[in-house]
Amino acid sequence: MKEILSGNEAFARGAYEAGIQVVTGYPGTPSSEIIQTIGEIYNGDIYSEWSTNEKVAMDAAAGAAYSGRRSMVTTKQVGMNVLSDSLLYTVYTGIEAGLVVVTADDPGLFSSQNEQDNRWYSRLAKIPTLEPQDSQEAKDFVIKGIEISEKFDTPVLIRTVMRVSHSKSIVQLGERPEVPKRVEKFPRNISKYNCTAMYAKKMHAKVEKRILDIQEWLETSDLNKIEWKDTKIGIITAGVVHTYVRDVFPNASILKLGMINPIPKKLIKDFASKVDQLIIIEELDPVLEEQVKALGIGAQGKDIFPPCYELLPNRMKELSVKAGLIKAEKIPENKYRELLESLPTRSPVFCPGCPHRSSFYVMNKLKVPVAGDIGCYNLGSMPPFNAQHTMGAMGASIGVLHGISLARIPENAVCTIGDSTFFHSGMPPLVNMVHNGGRGVVVIMDNSSTAMTGHQDHPGIDWSVTKDRKAKKIEIEPLVRAMGVEKVVTVNAFNVKEVKEGFEECLKFDGTAVLIAKGECIFVSRKPKPAFTVNTEKCIACHVCFEVGCPAVVVDVVKNKKNGKFKAKIDSTLCNGCSVCSQVCPTGAIEAPKPGKESLAG
Amino acid sequence: MKDINFLIAGVGGQGTILVSDIMAEAGMLAGYDVKKTDVLGLAIRGGSVISHIRWGEKVDAPMSMRGKVDYLLAFEPIEALRQIEFLNGESTIVFNEYKIYPVTVSSGFATYPADNVIEKALKDSAKNIYSINTTNEAVEIGNVKTMNVMLLGALTLFLDINTETWEKVIKKFVPERFKELNLKAFRTGREIMKKKENFV
Repeated sequence: MKEILSGNEAFARGAYEAGIQVVTGYPGTPSSEIIQTIGEIYNGDIYSEWSTNEKVAMDAAAGAAYSGRRSMVTTKQVGMNVLSDSLLYTVYTGIEAGLVVVTADDPGLFSSQNEQDNRWYSRLAKIPTLEPQDSQEAKDFVIKGIEISEKFDTPVLIRTVMRVSHSKSIVQLGERPEVPKRVEKFPRNISKYNCTAMYAKKMHAKVEKRILDIQEWLETSDLNKIEWKDTKIGIITAGVVHTYVRDVFPNASILKLGMINPIPKKLIKDFASKVDQLIIIEELDPVLEEQVKALGIGAQGKDIFPPCYELLPNRMKELSVKAGLIKAEKIPENKYRELLESLPTRSPVFCPGCPHRSSFYVMNKLKVPVAGDIGCYNLGSMPPFNAQHTMGAMGASIGVLHGISLARIPENAVCTIGDSTFFHSGMPPLVNMVHNGGRGVVVIMDNSSTAMTGHQDHPGIDWSVTKDRKAKKIEIEPLVRAMGVEKVVTVNAFNVKEVKEGFEECLKFDGTAVLIAKGECIFVSRKPKPAFTVNTEKCIACHVCFEVGCPAVVVDVVKNKKNGKFKAKIDSTLCNGCSVCSQVCPTGAIEAPKPGKESLAG
Repeated sequence: MKDINFLIAGVGGQGTILVSDIMAEAGMLAGYDVKKTDVLGLAIRGGSVISHIRWGEKVDAPMSMRGKVDYLLAFEPIEALRQIEFLNGESTIVFNEYKIYPVTVSSGFATYPADNVIEKALKDSAKNIYSINTTNEAVEIGNVKTMNVMLLGALTLFLDINTETWEKVIKKFVPERFKELNLKAFRTGREIMKKKENFV
């Protein structure tokens, strides 16, 4: 049987066919669909959960693997920074049943705060690492990863990138093996599973020997493939970049690595000796290149293909032509380059009906400094709001706000953090701020969803992974009060006046205040209300409504003759009827729909 | 088996990904090797979205190179325009003429190019251009969201895959309660395209 699967769906299928029974992770683009797929399709066979953060997920998977259940953890590349603390001890301890960690990197920064190359973690942690090129390999490498994990008593890392995780290709499906229904009692093996220094010393020696054993085994493994063609140019590559290399260099000989840590040193030396010119083509950092050069082999790589951004076929071809590796193809001059460069950009914006709009409208008006966090609300950093002045890592906003208050700037500051991000890593810095007497307003933007990554659950939601799996819901307001916050104000995020008053009340408070702006993400409620309309007679073209940055509020063709500006209009196919624009309109020109009217926004 | 490269361009929320999924599946059922790649993530919040789909004997990279796209299916005029570098003198463009103004335009930071500018650039970049206001047509048949499947219907007249296969795949990919509406949109798209004057 064959099916078209995305890389992430294939990882989920791989978990099924590898006999994995426990999968944990925290949502993060481009990794989220792995657990979503497991929850939706393989729920009867595999337990899955969205853990509060990546480290918690890693610990839970380790506990399950220590107990004899094959397990998997998923994370996006920056989530690995959170996860790594726990990854490193599992490399020391090893496992009872197979354990794989999937890290989804984001070359090109489609939805990440940096472009870090997680292959460095392979070397730091000394963990065997596989890198699939497409969906078929995504599935196969989970199965292979579990095999290697159990053969060498180690966790295994699988490194994917957005172009593998979010691309789709044909996959041959297999069966699920027999899995244990029961496991034995927990192994009381202190010298193996307790990393106290006296045991950890021995574990370290074990880790060093293990990686050499794997390297030896790898030399003859079918994970690496050589495609012999013309030997003038030999290319070493891995992952999805291999598929680009095949399109750009149809005539070159290629060594494609399936395992990227350790690397098969003998095989590489042998390949290098048989080609005239050796090129290493990898996206981001020279992780392979440095190791190949350390073998004393002359090669080119980053001098041709720079370490920033994706190395898609177009760019790889251009750079290769420039370096004289291939001949240029005649492409007619694009005479519209100027026009293309002048096209209005379509940067992401808050959806029509988004509960965050009012808070950012108000923060823009209050002109407060805003420490920001990770989630949809970071779109508030863009025009017309320009109201999220920092953003760096999950949960960072509250700590940064605390630091701002320590610096005693001559104004009151606020920070924004989403509900899921608050549970992920916002609680320790809030406790810290309260305990140490920090001053500022923490705005928890509670839209009842982990929205940016695809509307997953978190501890503040009453279901887990899929809506039919009920879970204990933890309320944010009592939680925050229990953490010692004395000023807590909860407002309806769709009521601009209420939001504004909430801000004013909290800003007056001398201490740590929490403002909870509560309003469901439009994708959670899924109940678009009928569109508002602009009464052209009343509209004075003041453009205040454009300051709410809604894609449904657009420029009309009618002008106000007095100021010469175009009036506003509402696109009824986009409007969700949230009413925020009508609340800010000074002339009452934006009118509610007549009763009985239906939404066109579908 | 001739290799065919497609590019779909639109705005987040318009349903471009659904159409690219349908096209990949239909290609596989027709016996092709198939790959596709979408840009997701932030793009679902009203940003530009593109999907590459490739059908062939054996497909390597999931995306096409410049000048290699045979069919551009665009859900919005300037989204079509943004992708002309992928086209060549033999390419075909099918696009939805309903404009979605970027917030940068309504905020006064940028201007939307004039119709004749868009038209000329598109005509210079491909062999055949077809425009339909599928947004309005979709509102007409009862749900603006079906605009995507209607546009797909228009494109399918160029492809050697029978209607039964397309409809089977559409039924597989759309939610039960929207099946009939989407089939209607698909058929409407085909009918509109058949009536186009310059349609060969």
